[in-house]
Amino acid sequence: MSRQPRASGHFRIGYAEDLKLIQTPLERWALAALLVVLGGLPFLASPFLLDLANQVFLASIGSLALMLLTGYAGQVSLGHAGLLAAGAFTVGILAKELGAPFWITLPAAALVGSLLGLLFGLPSLRLRGLYLAVSTLALHFLVVYCGGEYEARRGLSTGIVIDPPSIGGHAVTSARAWYFVLGLAATGTLLLSLNLLRSGTGRAWAAIRANETVAEALGIGVAAHKLLAFVLSSLITAVAGALFGYYRGFVSVEAFSLFLSIQYVAMIIIGGMGSLLGALLGALFVTLFPYGIEAALGALPGAQRYAGALFAVNYTAFGLVMILFLVLEPFGLVGIWRRIETYFVLWPFKYRPLAGRPR
Amino acid sequence: MQLAVNIAVLTAIYALIACGYVLVYRVSRVLNLAHGELMMLSAYLLLVTASQFGSHWAVAIATALGLSGLVGVLVYLFLMRKMTGEMVLAAVLTTVALGILLRGATVLIWSAQQHYPVQRLNITNFAIALPGGARISLCAALLVATMILVYSSLFAFLRLGRWGVRMRAAGQRPLLAAQRGINLHIIYAMAWGLSTLIGAMAGMLIAMDQGLDQTMATIGLKAFPAALVGGLDSLLGALVGALIVATAEILLIHYVDPLLSEVVPFAVLIAVLVVWPWGLFGTREELDRV
Repeated sequence: MSRQPRASGHFRIGYAEDLKLIQTPLERWALAALLVVLGGLPFLASPFLLDLANQVFLASIGSLALMLLTGYAGQVSLGHAGLLAAGAFTVGILAKELGAPFWITLPAAALVGSLLGLLFGLPSLRLRGLYLAVSTLALHFLVVYCGGEYEARRGLSTGIVIDPPSIGGHAVTSARAWYFVLGLAATGTLLLSLNLLRSGTGRAWAAIRANETVAEALGIGVAAHKLLAFVLSSLITAVAGALFGYYRGFVSVEAFSLFLSIQYVAMIIIGGMGSLLGALLGALFVTLFPYGIEAALGALPGAQRYAGALFAVNYTAFGLVMILFLVLEPFGLVGIWRRIETYFVLWPFKYRPLAGRPR
Repeated sequence: MQLAVNIAVLTAIYALIACGYVLVYRVSRVLNLAHGELMMLSAYLLLVTASQFGSHWAVAIATALGLSGLVGVLVYLFLMRKMTGEMVLAAVLTTVALGILLRGATVLIWSAQQHYPVQRLNITNFAIALPGGARISLCAALLVATMILVYSSLFAFLRLGRWGVRMRAAGQRPLLAAQRGINLHIIYAMAWGLSTLIGAMAGMLIAMDQGLDQTMATIGLKAFPAALVGGLDSLLGALVGALIVATAEILLIHYVDPLLSEVVPFAVLIAVLVVWPWGLFGTREELDRV
């Protein structure tokens, strides 16, 4: 939640008003317009565009979860792909071995996710910063190894095929049906995050991120809240992984490389640390990036010879963009957004008054 | 006996790479996760110099080493210098991004297929028979020798050399060091250059021994637990950590499952970090103060 003024002439009196999600008429209209566009999109867009939208939804569930953990609770994790893998493999194994339907596999994935979150989170009680990041990295390798081991032992070296889930007798196969399922899941995650962050839990996380010792002295259960952050984030991520498995209809360890973890970290960095909007923008940017590169390669003259090494071009460009963001725009896309917003809110003035409301 | 030789060689590999992580971390508190990729880049540089000066292998290797050191310095000057004062995480992520960039760029320039710099250098990588029926290839033996040489000279350099002492000072208290007239930027650039140079030695020897492709960066990542197990700011720790990780890896591969090679270093890492959060020889980092 931004502490920025939302609009000129709009003053919040009282805490209840400060906590409201929608405050100004403009916000209400913008939200309504967004909902109309999102709701209408599947009836207008091509299947390819819908697939892109679905991927963005999936990515934004994962990036929201990581944002809660890293951006708000301040706990670094480089093992995000491991958690996605855990969710996807729970679904794959249960569906393959027991033929379980989705209303069993999804809660099972959530359970596995939260248990793993507890496991990922335990080192955070003793480790900080880099050391913590590295231990989550190690756990990522362990989870992926277990998945690969299962594939190898069962002779499914190419991966596990999963049947699409069916809701009320209708199998969810079309891109349009998936659009609504994933869109609802992403919206649910967003609402959950928003509400968590304006509750006591969110404030406790903010305190821990600012300074653990002070948080402890203020009477906040640091250990419990850290673990809670890990468990919740991992739970959401595992469910995202499960949905990913269902959406692809196919689970294989190759999909969950270290690069995927880095991509998720890149989403919250590029989007803007400590902002849910940033998580969404980052997910959008990182998901569409490779397609943008592909299109650019097709459009630029003389770039055809690199088409064979598309993944290498992607890596290079992705690394470059990430570096540029880290060096030039540490607040990410959301920083740019805020600057534009502030310009309009303050218009015709350029600068905030020095005294007065902070920031 | 062969097992012992394998352990020694793997220890040498891990120790050489791990000391690159340690050098940079100790001096500038930045974890360089692009170390494996920088090492790979150096090996590719050797490939280039080898085709330039193919007949003189010594010239080719020396040029490639010099270039690698230069690359390290340039990485600091043009990239990491901009990240001083930012969050530690941001600096680490910058190195991650650099790693991704290098991975892509090396494929674009040199393609993803496997290369053999040994052939271009006209060196035969013959096997040496050791007492006890074990065999070791020339390059692997050179790896062990390089490791011993590098570590002994690093210990001497950091303890006795004028610049080594400055480096330690900058690592302990940057502010005080700067006030005493030590130019931090030169020290940091030196640490990056030195770390890349040592990584390059490891990278070139591995490439000459086993061939060169994209898996090289993975070796760099696997050596990283070795640095952490020993404690990220201790050279001795890197050596011990490399020994522990390499022993565990070779023994488990031999007796349990070859597929374990990818995970063993990280499993050891978790086990050690749970008991000793700062590694075996690492200094406890300062607690937060209110």
